[in-house]
Amino acid sequence: MTAVATVQDVTMRFRDNTALDHISAAIEQDAITGLLGRNGAGKTTLMQLLTGHRVPTSGRIEVFGARPHENDAVLSRMCFVKEGQRYPDHFRVRDALDSAAMLFPAWDAGLAQSLLSDFDLPPKRPIKKLSRGMNSAVGIVIGLASRAPVTLFDEPYLGLDAVARQLFYDRLLADYAENPRTVVLSTHLIEEIASLLEHVLLIDRGRVLLDADAESLRGSALTVTGPRDKVAAFAGRNELLHSESLGGHSRAVIRLRNGAHGDDARAAGLSWETTNLQQLVVAMSLQTAQGRPSTSTDDLEEVTR
Amino acid sequence: MNEDAGPIFRQVADQIENAIVDGSLAEETQAPSSNELAAFHRINPATAAKGLNQLVAEGVLYKRRGVGMFVATGARDQLLKRRRSDFADQYVRPLMTEAQKLGISVRELSAMIDEWEGRR
Repeated sequence: MTAVATVQDVTMRFRDNTALDHISAAIEQDAITGLLGRNGAGKTTLMQLLTGHRVPTSGRIEVFGARPHENDAVLSRMCFVKEGQRYPDHFRVRDALDSAAMLFPAWDAGLAQSLLSDFDLPPKRPIKKLSRGMNSAVGIVIGLASRAPVTLFDEPYLGLDAVARQLFYDRLLADYAENPRTVVLSTHLIEEIASLLEHVLLIDRGRVLLDADAESLRGSALTVTGPRDKVAAFAGRNELLHSESLGGHSRAVIRLRNGAHGDDARAAGLSWETTNLQQLVVAMSLQTAQGRPSTSTDDLEEVTR
Repeated sequence: MNEDAGPIFRQVADQIENAIVDGSLAEETQAPSSNELAAFHRINPATAAKGLNQLVAEGVLYKRRGVGMFVATGARDQLLKRRRSDFADQYVRPLMTEAQKLGISVRELSAMIDEWEGRR
């Protein structure tokens, strides 16, 4: 993989709050990366650092091989669509697009026009009179039409209904297929975008939990169900992320180790299904929150040991 | 594509294989492009390309430079052969496992299959 951006041992502190704690990661060039994590995990802070809106307390950020902060050569090739982006009070939709056209060298006016009608955005409407969803749509239009080599969307779907979100995913995919570029998308709606992603960066409490190819994650974890002792034995040979038990029956989310796969679970007398990306992210985030595999009702851990 | 059914590139490859096996994608015709697959299945184009490349590696598809991917001659026979050899593992094994659990003998199973065949 070629990295377009690298984050090396970066820490970001705000007074007594450590938003990012010695994280290292790389953003793959011309791939769609999903930046996932809970509220307050540090997703927005990381995007602000990548786009030079902030300077890290310590560590090094490089985009296109240089520090982004106050660096026009880097920033002119980036577009950051912020969550709840604000525009000057007197701006109409058209004014926002006109200023974006001046800001982004690769701006595609034709694409912007067709996206405006896709999202039913009236060009002459003052932006402050737009609904929250329409405001988000303006950001999406700018992000896509900017054709910036590195485009970051920070939860761009706020207030958008399911139809408009699907429209966003479809337009993103279509334009990305024709004009490959680096896209970083932070979102909570993991299930909706899982299949769009090539790479996944999961952060939690300012640390990287997962930095992996999306396809390699599919099938890397199983949800197994069966008799409690058999589940515990299988969990013991792998990595237990989450478990629930009822009577003598258990269900567990398990990250596979040493090339194990579903057949091994079946051979161990368990039924299994693949854990999807959303379930995996939830199980991993819960595990870190509790500092051990999360459980409910009975504690499977005791059986494991 | 099904998010819960393992790697998406494998699902893409399986679906194209199915189309070749059932004859809807004939030999020497052009397979869908990675961008078409990406748009249709709403998946990342790189993932779709990976599925296609898998089929190229298996000799099911071949590349015509600047044109696209085509179904190889003999691809259908090759796939049928592989599926026949996978049949026991994929279908007979779970059948036997469940039959054993229920105390159904091999003879009874065989009678069931005969009866089923007679009903068709």
